[in-house]
Amino acid sequence: MSTIVSLPDQSTAQLPRVSYLNKEYGLKSWLLTGDHKRIAMLYLISITFFFFIGGAMAALIRMELLTPPSDLLAADTYNKVFTAHGIIMVFFFLVPSVPATIGNFLIPIMVGAKDLAFPKINLLSWYLYIAAGIMMISCLAFGGVDTGWTFTTPLSTHYLNTHVVTAGLAVFVAGFSSIFTGLNFIVTIHRMRAPGMTWFRLPLFVWSHYAASILMVLGTPVLAITLVLVVLERTIGIGVFDPSKGGDPLLFQHLFWFYSHPAVYIMILPGMGVISEVISNFSRKRVFGYTAVAFSSVAIAVFGFFVWAHHMFVMGISNYSALVFSLLTMLVAVPSAIKIFNWSATLYKGSITFETPMLYAFGFLGLFTIGGLTGVFLGSLGMDIHLTETYFIVAHFHFVMVGGMLMAYLAGVHFWWPKMTGRMYPEGVSKLAAVITFVGFVLTFFPQFILGYLGMPRRYAAYPPEFQVLNVFSSAGASVLGVGYLLPLLYLTWSLKYGKIAGPNPWQGTGLEWQIQSPPLTENFVETPIVTHEAYDYEWLESRKGSEVPSLN
Amino acid sequence: MQHFISPVLWQFLIHWLTNFAIFPPEASSIAPYADALYFFLIFISVVGLAAVAALVVTFSIRYRQELSPVATQIEGSTLLEATWTIIPLILFMICFVWGALLYFRIYSPPPNAMNIYVVGKQWMWKVEHPGGQHEINSLHIPINRPIQVTLISQDVFHSFSIPAFRVKREVIPGRYNTEWFEATTPGTYHLFCTQYCGTLHSQMIGEVVAMTPEDYQAWEARSISGTSLAQNGERLFASLGCNTCHNASPNAHGPNLAHVYGSHLQLKNGEFVTVDDAFLRDTILNPTMHEIAGYAPIMPTYQGQVSEEGMIDLVEYIKGLDSQYRITQTIENSDAQPVQTGTAPGGTSAPALAPGTVKP
Repeated sequence: MSTIVSLPDQSTAQLPRVSYLNKEYGLKSWLLTGDHKRIAMLYLISITFFFFIGGAMAALIRMELLTPPSDLLAADTYNKVFTAHGIIMVFFFLVPSVPATIGNFLIPIMVGAKDLAFPKINLLSWYLYIAAGIMMISCLAFGGVDTGWTFTTPLSTHYLNTHVVTAGLAVFVAGFSSIFTGLNFIVTIHRMRAPGMTWFRLPLFVWSHYAASILMVLGTPVLAITLVLVVLERTIGIGVFDPSKGGDPLLFQHLFWFYSHPAVYIMILPGMGVISEVISNFSRKRVFGYTAVAFSSVAIAVFGFFVWAHHMFVMGISNYSALVFSLLTMLVAVPSAIKIFNWSATLYKGSITFETPMLYAFGFLGLFTIGGLTGVFLGSLGMDIHLTETYFIVAHFHFVMVGGMLMAYLAGVHFWWPKMTGRMYPEGVSKLAAVITFVGFVLTFFPQFILGYLGMPRRYAAYPPEFQVLNVFSSAGASVLGVGYLLPLLYLTWSLKYGKIAGPNPWQGTGLEWQIQSPPLTENFVETPIVTHEAYDYEWLESRKGSEVPSLN
Repeated sequence: MQHFISPVLWQFLIHWLTNFAIFPPEASSIAPYADALYFFLIFISVVGLAAVAALVVTFSIRYRQELSPVATQIEGSTLLEATWTIIPLILFMICFVWGALLYFRIYSPPPNAMNIYVVGKQWMWKVEHPGGQHEINSLHIPINRPIQVTLISQDVFHSFSIPAFRVKREVIPGRYNTEWFEATTPGTYHLFCTQYCGTLHSQMIGEVVAMTPEDYQAWEARSISGTSLAQNGERLFASLGCNTCHNASPNAHGPNLAHVYGSHLQLKNGEFVTVDDAFLRDTILNPTMHEIAGYAPIMPTYQGQVSEEGMIDLVEYIKGLDSQYRITQTIENSDAQPVQTGTAPGGTSAPALAPGTVKP
C-alpha cells in the first residue's frame, strides 16, 4: 500500500539539537514550566493515567454483567464502580482529552504564536486538574461515591452516606481547569494570530477548539454553581432542591443538564477538529466546504446550549416545552450531518493513503454516524419515553463519546506523535490496534442498542436472565477493546526511544506546525511566520518543497 | 455434537438460545405505534449510514493513491452542501413530528381511565388500588381498559417503566406525575425502576400482571385488604381535624370541599386553577402556596404529618366528595368517634365510590 510518509534518511537522521524537550532538564523544569507544549505533555500523561483507571472500572462493570445476578460485585460496590467510571471518564478524560493535550500543544503553533496568551494560567489549569484528580482518587480510596456521575438530587443530598462532597468538589475544581483552558484558547485565537493568519485561514482544528472553548467558558460555571448547591444542601441543608423545604428537585436537573449537554459538545467538537485535519492530510485535499464545516462548529456550540431539557422528557416537564426542546435537538443534529458529508466529500478526487490516523478517522466516521443517528431516536419525543434510562442511551453516548471522541483522540495522538516526540510510532502494529479497537468497540456497544429496546435499565447490577446473551457479547467485546487500548500505550512508549526519527514534516502536512522542526523549539518559531496561504493548501506546500525548515541546529 | 463441544458449554448454548430475547413483547395499545416509529428510525439510520459508508468506501477505492496520484483541489459546492443540509433536515423534521404525535398519545390519558396510585420508595413499588387492594412490586390490571397510574416518590427520584407497554415516567418526590396505558395481551411483564435510586436500584423491579376482565374481577375480589382508599381518607380527614374548618357551614373558615375536585378556583391574585390531585396535595402540605380568594390564609401545614399513602387516601376521599351529605356524615361520624378505632364508617356511609373512576 502506498504511503505519503516522507521520513529523512534514517541512517543519518538526527533529532534537533535543541527542542522544547531538552531545553531544560529536571523535574522542576517541567513542573514550573510555562511552555504550552510541556504542559500538554503533563496533561497527556495525567489523562492517560485517569483513562486507564476509568477503563479498569469499565472492565469491572463488564465482568459483573457477564451473569444476571450481582455476584462478582455487591450492588453497592457496583454502584461505586460505575459512578467512578462515569466521573473519571467524563471529567478527567473526555473533557480535557483533545483540548488540553493536542489542543494545548497545537493551538499556539497553528495560529503562529509562541505560546498561549496566559502561560501561567495554563499551568494553573494543569495543577487544578491534578488537585481535582487527587481529590477524586482519595474519594475512591476512602470508600468511593455512589451517586452516578449525574449527582441526582435528592439521592445525592439526603440519601447517601458516601463521599459525595469530596467527589462534588473534585468535579468543581476540575471544572475550573477546563474554564482556564477555554479562556486561554479564546484569547489566543483572537489576539495572537500571526500576520496574515485571518479567521478563514485558520485550520478547522482551531475553529472547533474555539467553539468548544466558548462552551467551556459559558457552561462550566453553571455546573460549578450546581455542585456548590449540592454540597451546601448536604452540609448545611439550604434546601434549594429539597421539596420538603419548598425547593424543587427538577431545578437540579435543569441546572445540571444546562452544563452537561453542552459538555458533550465540549467533548466531541475538538475531536471533529482532529478529523478535519487527518482526513484532509491523508487525502491530500483541502476540506470540502471549509466555511460550512467551520460554521457548523459554531452552530453546534450555539444550539448546544438550548437543548438541555431533552434529558428530561419523562420527568414531567410540560408537554409543550418538550416540543420545543425536541425541535431544537433535531436542529442541532443538522450541523453534525453536514460535517459528516463534507468529510466524506473531501475524499472525492483525493489521493488517499491509509496510515493509522486515517484508519481511526474512518472508524470515527462510521461510529459517529451511528451515534448521531441514534441520537435522533432519542430526540424524537415519543421514542425517547421508551428508550431513555435504558442501555440504548448507554450505547448511544458510548458511540458518540468512545466511538467518536476516543477514535478522534487516538487519530490525533498518532497523527501528531511525530511532531510531539520527534519519532514515528510503529505503523504495522498501530494499524492492527486501530482495527482491533473498531471491532472490539462495535461488539461491545452494538448489542446494547438491542438490550435498550428490550428495556434493560442502565445502572443495574443484576438483570433478568433473558438479557444475558447480549450482555455476554458486550463483555466479550470489551475485552477486545481493552487490548485495542493497551497496544498504543505499549508501542507509543516504546517508540519514544526506538521509533524512527520523523523529521519536520513526515505527513507532508500544510499546517504551520509541520513547517517547524519536530519536536519544536520552546519558542515554536525561529521567526514569526507570515501567512500567505489558506489552510490545506497542498499546492503551496508543493511549491515550497526543498526549502529548509529553519531551526537552531 | 457432544463430541465437538464440551457438555457444559453445550448446556449453556441450549439455555441461552431458548432464553434469548431480541425484541420486547408488544403488549399495550401504544406499543405498535412506538414500534412503527422505531422501525422508521432504524430505516433512516440504515439509509444514512449506508450513504456515508458508500461514499467513504467508493472514494477510498477509486481515489486511493495508486489510482489517483494527484488530488484535484475542490473548494466545495454550495448546491451539494445545501442538498445534504436539507435532506437530513427534512428527515429529522419527520422524526420530530412523528415523535411528538407519539409523545402526546402516550402522555394524554383518556378521560375514562381507571386510576391506580403508585408510591415509589427505596427500593420497592407500593401500589394502592382505590378499592383497597395493596400490592408491593406487582401491579394487577385488566386488559383492554385504559389505566392511569398516579406516581409519587416518598424519597428519591425513581422511574416507572414497563418496557412491554413502551411507557415510562419519572417518579418524583413532592409531585404527582401520571402515566397511562392499555394492556392488550394477558401476561406478566417486567416493571423496572429505570432512574438510579441508590444501593438496591437493580432490585426495584416488579411485575405487571395483565389479566382478562373476568380474572381481574376475581383477583380484585379476593385481594381486598382493609377498607377503600376513600374510606381511609375519610378517617384521616376527621382525625386530622380538617372538618373543623372544612365543614361546609356558612361561616366556615375553609372552603367547602364538596364538588371541589375538578372545579376551577379563583386565587387571591386573580388566577384560576383547576383542582386536581397535585393541587390538593400542594394545598394540604403547603397551604400558603395557593391562597384561595375569600379565605384567610390560616390553614396550618400538614408537612411531615401525613405519609404519601395518607395523602393518597385524603385525595381520593376529597375526589369523591360529591355532596354536602357526605361531609355532614363525616363530621357526624367523627363526632361520634373522635378517636379512630379503625372501624370503617361502613355500610351506612354514602354510596360507595365507583372504584377507580376518575372524573374528567
